[in-house]
Amino acid sequence: MSERREELLDELYNHTLNGEAEPVVALTHEALALGIPAVEVLFDGLIPALEEVGRLFEEGTYFVPEMIIAAKAMRAAMTILQPLIAQTGAKPLGVFVMGTVKGDIHDIGKDLCNIMLEGAGFKVIDIGVNVAPEAFANAIRTHHPDALGMSAFLTTTMPMFKVNIDYLTSLGLRDQTLIYVGGAPVTAEYAQKAGADGYAPNGSALVRDLKARLKITA
Amino acid sequence: MNTRLTSPTQAVLIGPDQPFIIIGERINPTGRKLLAAEMAAGNFERVRKDALAQVAAGAQMLDVNAGVALADEPALLAEAVRVVQSVTAVPLSLDSSVVAALAAGLAAYQGKALVNSVTGEDERLDTVLPLVAQHGAAVIGVANDETGISEDPAVRFAVAQKIVARAESFGIPRADVLIDPLAMPIGAVRYAGAALLTLVRRLHEELGVNTCCGASNISFGLPDRAGLNAAFAAMAIGAGLTSAIINPLEPDVRRSIQAADALLGHDENCARWIAAARERVAAQPAAPASAQAAAPAAAPAPRSRPRPRPGSAG
Repeated sequence: MSERREELLDELYNHTLNGEAEPVVALTHEALALGIPAVEVLFDGLIPALEEVGRLFEEGTYFVPEMIIAAKAMRAAMTILQPLIAQTGAKPLGVFVMGTVKGDIHDIGKDLCNIMLEGAGFKVIDIGVNVAPEAFANAIRTHHPDALGMSAFLTTTMPMFKVNIDYLTSLGLRDQTLIYVGGAPVTAEYAQKAGADGYAPNGSALVRDLKARLKITA
Repeated sequence: MNTRLTSPTQAVLIGPDQPFIIIGERINPTGRKLLAAEMAAGNFERVRKDALAQVAAGAQMLDVNAGVALADEPALLAEAVRVVQSVTAVPLSLDSSVVAALAAGLAAYQGKALVNSVTGEDERLDTVLPLVAQHGAAVIGVANDETGISEDPAVRFAVAQKIVARAESFGIPRADVLIDPLAMPIGAVRYAGAALLTLVRRLHEELGVNTCCGASNISFGLPDRAGLNAAFAAMAIGAGLTSAIINPLEPDVRRSIQAADALLGHDENCARWIAAARERVAAQPAAPASAQAAAPAAAPAPRSRPRPRPGSAG
């Protein structure tokens, strides 16, 4: 089995990299039928593929549609794997709440970060766009995330980072989670001034930074 | 509504929801003295090369014209068709104003051809359309008639209606009639471009026919024709033009068409646009070694799955 196992996972990796959902689903079924545990299909096949997708995107070799179809292929496999993984009691690497700030409806950057977070094994709770400070607060109370991400695409909506963080501080929620901010006009310096814990220019960088802070080595 | 054209091994769909179809224009001795002389002498080597080069450059169909002065055009067109079909698999457009040449070309053609063309003149309609019907081919109807080429898009639209009705009376379905809206040079006719866009839109929305245009004519007599042709192609595709007889070897025009396809959603996941962009990067002359390191990779290199480290999950 071990030789076929490696072969199957290689194929799964390559088809995920190419964003081909159909063969990814077929190979996932095949892998499970062969007795490969769902967790191994995820961690040895799908996650390395999404990591590579993120790396290629970061270096400018891969483009947005290619990242999206790779994520779709992975999600198709995850609908099969998720129930099996849940049965084993395996936990996600962490919980991440993500939203675009109030007054801003841009979602592509946020969605690309979500792809990379899910691809790395995090559970992502996407609370959408135009998210009010109260909704961020509620999400912390409800989901107890390891980290919360706020996205803003406009220089006119970026000030909401500080507004949100100050509001969370006033409720005593600020220190219950790591806070990341990001978006096209955002810089590391701006993030620091807004009172955030972290900033990342793209999804791959976000995953790297988050894993380092949560001391996840795998 | 799609127009379906075939060769023994390939089918091409022309339609408003399909990628734009480029019909390569190069196999045409008009204005190509060398090609004309060679074809007249029975030498089809250049025809072969032109066919292969255009298909390699992205032409999904090829136009074949054998209009050499004082030569036996029916025999030449038939031979040109056989030669081109022997080296490429794309469907062909058979291009002649000589009815006997169209007949000889259709007889030699394997598959469902596009006949280029018939005008709205009664005498032409009644000789060309029966031939098209007999071979189950499709046809390009040119929007002019006995009165000439009108600058008024409404007049041309009426001619197009007449061609479609006459074709249907011969049993040729509307899907097998492409209308050529007639691109006139904007250098001589100020509103030729604007009028053509109006006409293309009406042909698409009101008559429900597909369209095919000899697009290069729009820039005749002007400098930087490639720039005009490229912009015109994108504008016409936006207005609903479904195919054109053009030179696919012209990179600006090709790029503009690829962009228009992507912008209209006719290129799923922008896959063809991305692939073409990678090809352009790969085709660039090699940069000095120092610059090469910084340049983005032309195409994803083969990658392999990292083997899990001991102690990782699983």
